[in-house]
Amino acid sequence: MNAVRETYLTDDIGPLPFCPGCGHERLVKALDQALFKLQPDPKKVVIVTDIGCIGLADRHFVTHAFHGLHGRSITYACGLKLARPELTVIVLKGDGGCGIGGTHLLNVARRNIGITLIVANNFNYGMTGGQHSVTTPPAGLTATTPLGNIEAAMDLCGAANAAGASWAYRGTGFDRDLPDRIADAIRQPGFAMLDIWDMCTAYYLPRNQLRKKDLTGIMEQLGLQAGVLADRPRPEYGEHYREVYATKQPAPRQRQQITAKYANAVVAQTGIVIAGSAGQKIRSAAGLFAQAGMFASLNATQKDDYPITVMTGHSVTEIILSPERIDYTAIDSPDYFVVVSADGLNKSGGRIEKLAGSTTLYAEESLDLPATEAKVVRLPFIATAKKVNRLSIGIVALSAMLRDSGLFPLEALEESITTLQKQALADVNLRALEAGAAMMGVALDK
Amino acid sequence: MGLEFIEGNEAIARGAMKANCNFFAGYPITPSSSVLQYMQGMLPHSGGIAIQAEDEIASMGFCIGAAMAGSKVLTATSGPGISLYSENIGLAIAGETPMVIVNVQRQGPATGSATKGAEGDIQFTRWCTSGGLPVIVLSPATVEEAYELTYRAFNLSEQYRVPVFLLTNKEIGVTRESVDLEAIALPSLVERTRVAADEEYLPHYFEAPSDVPAFSDFGGEHIARFTTSTHDKAAYLTSSPAVIQEMIDHYAAKVDAAADELALVKEDFQDGADILIISYGITSRSATVAVHAARAQGVKVSALSLQTLYPVPRTAMTSSMHGMKKIIVPEMNMGQYILEVERLAPADAELIGVNKMDTTLISPAEILERGGLQ
Repeated sequence: MNAVRETYLTDDIGPLPFCPGCGHERLVKALDQALFKLQPDPKKVVIVTDIGCIGLADRHFVTHAFHGLHGRSITYACGLKLARPELTVIVLKGDGGCGIGGTHLLNVARRNIGITLIVANNFNYGMTGGQHSVTTPPAGLTATTPLGNIEAAMDLCGAANAAGASWAYRGTGFDRDLPDRIADAIRQPGFAMLDIWDMCTAYYLPRNQLRKKDLTGIMEQLGLQAGVLADRPRPEYGEHYREVYATKQPAPRQRQQITAKYANAVVAQTGIVIAGSAGQKIRSAAGLFAQAGMFASLNATQKDDYPITVMTGHSVTEIILSPERIDYTAIDSPDYFVVVSADGLNKSGGRIEKLAGSTTLYAEESLDLPATEAKVVRLPFIATAKKVNRLSIGIVALSAMLRDSGLFPLEALEESITTLQKQALADVNLRALEAGAAMMGVALDK
Repeated sequence: MGLEFIEGNEAIARGAMKANCNFFAGYPITPSSSVLQYMQGMLPHSGGIAIQAEDEIASMGFCIGAAMAGSKVLTATSGPGISLYSENIGLAIAGETPMVIVNVQRQGPATGSATKGAEGDIQFTRWCTSGGLPVIVLSPATVEEAYELTYRAFNLSEQYRVPVFLLTNKEIGVTRESVDLEAIALPSLVERTRVAADEEYLPHYFEAPSDVPAFSDFGGEHIARFTTSTHDKAAYLTSSPAVIQEMIDHYAAKVDAAADELALVKEDFQDGADILIISYGITSRSATVAVHAARAQGVKVSALSLQTLYPVPRTAMTSSMHGMKKIIVPEMNMGQYILEVERLAPADAELIGVNKMDTTLISPAEILERGGLQ
């Protein structure tokens, strides 16, 4: 058993730097007494601060000290705690920091990450000249509210409470039991916060004639309670995360690898566009087709274009196949263009008009195509897909195109489907492949 | 050989896992969101944490906290997210925090075109935070390079104790390509040097300015300190101009002194060529096609493609530009890296920027035409 540590403060870098009578000194000493009660190993404690006078305190402790950007201390504390759950992480933050970093206060309370937040709340910005903060009481005089504050004062505990804080306390720096309450907070496995009201003797006190007893008076005036305001333990985030995600999450799926095993008839970089509608599994079909190309010893790329609202409108995918390395991944002049729906046509109409005579356009027969120089092959994609499964229209169309173009053997697409898809889906798509290829056979026979 | 068909964002996540990344925090933003999802799919199972933060500022804060506790951290966003990362990037530099920051660029300014590619954040990345100190920026051109350079970015961040940027593009991030990640030769893994328990520790100890201080984890064997404010080697506040300058020289020297070592470039030089194309990222692939096309027409042309953008690979750039009469710099922006080229180019060389910001790739034909290579 180690000897009892009398204090967690050090005067290695001199005494605490606060103005005479400043409440921060009381608060720092109350935290020291709380640590004295708990006797943690200093190497297992981090004091995290940000900008504001209270941010000068961290390095006066014998613990690890982390001093970050204005209002962001909670975020560093969360990173430290998530990475090393065994640490006791204590944030000392001003009311100013709670304003600029308000979202972090709400979200740490909501997530219940097991840090302790101590707010040194003195109603104004002491470090920058006594400007008003989110907690300045109504009518409060500050450098930026010279005629009295007309903004409402934020109830920090109430805000954290509304966000789900598991433990919250409000008091003043003069509370005799403050070290005990801080120790209570540190003992909480989840997020715990203390909103401690005190004096800024440099700015707020002289402007507002604030006396010790006025602190509780302001609370009453604002209808705010003191004491423990939330005490509803629930699982600490990091612990909960590790329980749910580390133990219950399945191992990442081993991706099926592709072996180049079929020949192909592709001599140069070949661009294929397939244009359809959201919900037609166009991207998925195109992915299977591109990977079929890889089974057929080709390099491949795939780019998808679809609206942000993914369940409506067009779905247009570009596939490039090449026996060589693919450098330029745009298709300026497609070799093959497949259009299976009106949405696809609407999105691609301008492009279809400009297709060159060397392009083959495979179009659903019911579509009203614009004039184009491309060689047009009209096919009943919709009717054919309906007989198999309406969601297989991409495979139907690409199989027809593959059969007609002879880019690589149909077996490669078959292997892509059976290797990369689950059995039930693969069965549907194999039937689609057959139907698509057969449809082309019929068309060719005409 | 194991062929796969994956997008650049997945390659980034896989590269990070290969580098033993064990912490990720990020906020969804197109086109980088899938990096967050891939990390959430992989990290927890290996004992790490991947968290979606409340915003980009918190993402960086979580990452810096975790990195200082000893984790190897990754975050990913797009240009608008880097705007919000800015203040904490400065903090990571000041605290000598190893971390990897991915920017999957999209068309800006502002919200721009969320789903469209761009290279508009080049100078922004170099000058992304107050103080203007140097940073390391790598830029992949392919999905395979996204994997390799993410892994290398981790090594560099550990070796130099700096945030390292991976500057990619929607055109790589969410384009699937056939790849063989296992076939990529990677250097051995580098971990930050840590101070032994019985050794003396100063958070920012160095002798020569370019020395990289040994690290001690928050929660480790030494009492660690970290501060956003101007500080000395002990991480205590200082107002001594001499000490402040010494620290600034140190931050700058550890990156700048390593410029040659950090320079990753690909050279394709042709004997007798006095035309050079300097490119990076996805656009370097169009440059490759343009070079082949020009040579096929009998035009002699050399190419330099950069994987390291910052620190500027001065030696490689200067030597490749030696004797060049014409230097072509294609970029999906209005002319950003050409400023670095201009500083180093021979006085009599003609500089041609091939610039476009219409969300589409610069084509080989555009490089040939606007570069006067036809």
